[in-house]
Amino acid sequence: MIEKTGMTDARKSLYFHLGLIGALFILQFILPAYHHGNLARIMVLACYAMGYNILFGYTGLLSLGHAMFFAAGMYGMGLPMVHLGWTPEPALISAIVVGVVVSAGIGFLALRTSGVSFMIVTLMFAQAGFLTILYFGEWTRGDEGFVIKQAERVMAGFDLSQPTNRYNAALILFSICLLLTIRLVHSRFGRVMIAIRENEERTHMLGYDVHFHKWMAVIMSGTMAALAGAAYALLFGYAGATFASVQYSIFPLLWVLLGGAGTALGPFIGTLFMFYLIDLSSSFTTAYMLIAGLALVLLTLFLPQGLVGEFRRKVVPWLS
Amino acid sequence: MAIMTTPHISADGISRHFGGLVAVDQVDFAVPRGEIRAIIGPNGAGKSTFVGMLCGRIPVSAGRIMFDGKDVTALPAHKRIRQGIAYTFQITSIYGRLSLKDNVRLATSWRWGNDEQAIQNTIEESLEKVGLADRMDQMAGDLSYGHQRLLEIAMGISQHPQLLILDEPTQGLADSEIAGFVKLIRELGGDMTILLIEHNMNVVMDTADQITVLNLGKVLATGTPADIRGNRDVQIAYLGETHA
Repeated sequence: MIEKTGMTDARKSLYFHLGLIGALFILQFILPAYHHGNLARIMVLACYAMGYNILFGYTGLLSLGHAMFFAAGMYGMGLPMVHLGWTPEPALISAIVVGVVVSAGIGFLALRTSGVSFMIVTLMFAQAGFLTILYFGEWTRGDEGFVIKQAERVMAGFDLSQPTNRYNAALILFSICLLLTIRLVHSRFGRVMIAIRENEERTHMLGYDVHFHKWMAVIMSGTMAALAGAAYALLFGYAGATFASVQYSIFPLLWVLLGGAGTALGPFIGTLFMFYLIDLSSSFTTAYMLIAGLALVLLTLFLPQGLVGEFRRKVVPWLS
Repeated sequence: MAIMTTPHISADGISRHFGGLVAVDQVDFAVPRGEIRAIIGPNGAGKSTFVGMLCGRIPVSAGRIMFDGKDVTALPAHKRIRQGIAYTFQITSIYGRLSLKDNVRLATSWRWGNDEQAIQNTIEESLEKVGLADRMDQMAGDLSYGHQRLLEIAMGISQHPQLLILDEPTQGLADSEIAGFVKLIRELGGDMTILLIEHNMNVVMDTADQITVLNLGKVLATGTPADIRGNRDVQIAYLGETHA
């Protein structure tokens, strides 16, 4: 590691991830329809996990309320489309705006606490968000949710309900989120985020406004989660309160832990792994959550840094 | 001969209460630019709390702090650091999972904007000064405790501060390392004001221009090393009344 190599670590890491994006592009021509559909869904959910990873993996803040941000994007997209007849383009902007506003507000309040209190406060805010969605059931249709009609899901001339378009839209979003993460991690701002994760007090006493950096991390994280929520509503044509429930706050934590917190690719690998773990085990037993749970326990015990985290530690130390 | 000049850093009646406990009690304090000032006192005298207030880590309960002619009492710590105060912790505080290079980079990079060359030079120069330049790419957590202390000092130096606050820097250092440290402090003394909390009396006597003795949150005495050595109150505070 000490000797200088021809290519910088940042560059090698970038090429590695570009290679992965290329592989995902090619996979759409090979995969059978069932897995093709799954992978589109996994890529969107991985964006949610990547958003979560910015806060948890890189900044070291454990939120238990990210479903609120995912739902903010989902409803920020879905509600104006269904009730105001907006097309997907302005609705996407509205989803991003809602994501920024909600994460800025919640972040501002929740960051007055830290550690366990931060977890509890974000959990409570998310519960409040969930109940708010149920309370306004007249518009949100609560648990039952609402469908966004196929005819309305046309963006820039592409029918996003059509599998190929859907897959490629998901891939574009996934690539944007992945490259943004890598860019962020290698930026000066990202280095300070990691420094806060590693030693908050030291970082403050080196002259950094820790509170501001954390707040920005919440906003970036929450907005990426909202973007994933918006994409989910648009690509799969459905918005429902389940996505705002506690379960959906826990999911990204599990995906990121499994894949490797603080690695750019970890969220995707974790999401992929858990999706297929549940998918495969449910094909031969109704107790599939037992199998999934057991696998999670074993992985946490034996691969504490997650799949990509261990891979990086043992094989490719230059990975972002 | 005392000449009336604006002190570089001064405290005007600063106090700190923790609940009912008074850790620092209305301390007045002033250090001229370029001086090496040692702060000594028995355990629990309030030394760390006192310098914690100077650098902004601990808010004052009362009083006023002036740095470089400006009132910084209400300024958060990170802004004071950027005005030229560097601080090293009593208990070593570094980034164990980052390389030495990256540790120093975090300390210094905000000074230089996008001047990558200046950052590199500062990193090398600072690590050189504490004798760790050849370990630049190692993980900081793999260093011995003594070397971690030196790394923290290098991080402080790399900020090119006007005022360097060192909280028990020689704790855990080997004798040979202490000798190097004394030499380093003397070299730095010309360029910057240094506040040194220190238990090792040899280090204090070898480096300090002036010494402030704290006891029970108050200033017991201030003077040259020779004055302090002969001060009866100081002897009592350290050894206890019955032994004096």
